[in-house]
Amino acid sequence: MAWYAFRRHTAYPVSALAEALSNVAFGFIRAYILIALWRVRPSLGGYDVTDAVTFCFLTQALIGPVQIFGGMELSERIRSGAVAVDLHRPVDLQGWWLADDLARAAATLLLRAGPPLLAGALLFPLRTPGPGLLAAFLLSTLLAVLVGFGLRYLGALAVFWVHDDRGLNAVQLVLSMFFSGMIVPLVIFPGALGEVARALPWAALVQVPADVFLGKRTGADLAAALGFQAAWAAALLLAGRALTAAARRKLVIHGG
Amino acid sequence: MLRTYLLLVWTWTRAAAQYPVSLVLLGLATAVVGALDLAGIALLYANAPRIAGFTVAEVVFLYGTATTSFGLADLALGTTERLGRHIREGSLDAMLVRPVSPLVQIATEDFSPRRLGKLVPALGALALSLPALEVSWTPGRVAMVPAMIVTGAVLFGGLWVLTAAVQFVLIDVHAATKSVTYGGAFLTQYPMTVFARDFVRGVTFVIPLAFVNWQPTLYVLDRPDPLGLPAALRFAAPVAAAAVCAAAALAWRTGLRHYRSTGS
Repeated sequence: MAWYAFRRHTAYPVSALAEALSNVAFGFIRAYILIALWRVRPSLGGYDVTDAVTFCFLTQALIGPVQIFGGMELSERIRSGAVAVDLHRPVDLQGWWLADDLARAAATLLLRAGPPLLAGALLFPLRTPGPGLLAAFLLSTLLAVLVGFGLRYLGALAVFWVHDDRGLNAVQLVLSMFFSGMIVPLVIFPGALGEVARALPWAALVQVPADVFLGKRTGADLAAALGFQAAWAAALLLAGRALTAAARRKLVIHGG
Repeated sequence: MLRTYLLLVWTWTRAAAQYPVSLVLLGLATAVVGALDLAGIALLYANAPRIAGFTVAEVVFLYGTATTSFGLADLALGTTERLGRHIREGSLDAMLVRPVSPLVQIATEDFSPRRLGKLVPALGALALSLPALEVSWTPGRVAMVPAMIVTGAVLFGGLWVLTAAVQFVLIDVHAATKSVTYGGAFLTQYPMTVFARDFVRGVTFVIPLAFVNWQPTLYVLDRPDPLGLPAALRFAAPVAAAAVCAAAALAWRTGLRHYRSTGS
């Protein structure tokens, strides 16, 4: 299943490259803005200017894999009723879509993560992690994808109850953009807002993998960071299971 | 052409108004999404009183002018970005047999007042920043504010059509052309002193985004140009807007003339 999904998601490399170009352009704009801020406050939030720029291009590279803008094909299938076919399959609904999403994430990581990092590295000095840190980062990214899937799966299942997912999508978009660190890194959020933001699941999407990449979390702290992501992933996936069961009871399919 | 445009806009608006609650909620959602960038500016300035030589009021003013212009252009022409999809699905062919310009048809497609939501944070930012600016207002400076919003909207409108016309040739590049339209809208929220000098030259003379609000704002705030460009450029926004629109019209017509259906 995952292999077929992977082939499907890599079928349009030109389109993916176009997306990556757009990620690059936004990366440069955001990088210049962050540099301007770090010129005034050189060690803000424990980052130096190289960390901030690396963070910026890293987050642009992660947009695709963790699908920060939200959305899932499943919600359209629920709306149209095609989900009935999915429920008939002799596999678990959540497992089926998780396999699809992991393949999608792997495909976008391959096609879309490279260009922003390469383009950023051409113009600015970026931090490069050692092999150990890189392995930790990849593990952290995998957990981020699981958290992203957990959040979006819950949003998609809500369509069983609300029918129109556009409003819900907008709420999800705002929360994930703001609290993941995509707008500005969570390290510069002031006071209590920062504390709250760093404890929410969206922090696991972008901020935590970036911190791991930058070497801000090492030793026991690294384990804590990965544990934080794993805990949210587990909680969201379990919530997804419960909601799937509830949706199964609710759904009535009119045959014909 | 304008009459048909307005008629189609009205038709789509009535269609959208069939679900009034949904319409209002989506409008609010659009407003909140639009306010995200403003929240970003607030968070940046929570950490520093001045960034790249500009105060928070000045940057909020730039945000307000850029986002108002972009919101108006998006409202009028934003759906032209769907051209690639229409070509791929063959629905452009259906538009061509109707007795209305395909540009009007695409631009009005799915028109919804919900997109006015984008203007809420934009106009709010203008209302907040205008009294906070340290400017000795003269009639010229007062007049420049609405003038730059209108020329900015025309310029963004030209960019929408121009980037859409690119999809006649490169069908799959919609995602990349977003970096000119949405990227331009994001870029013009910040003072050009933030960016590298060559980059600013590029957005002045190649894709003239600097004329959306940066050059006119230098006049309003009475600031020297960081690149040392002549002061006359501060009044050159209408020329830049006209040039972009001419390029857009030419590109659109050429694209349409050379369009061959994808076939059956």
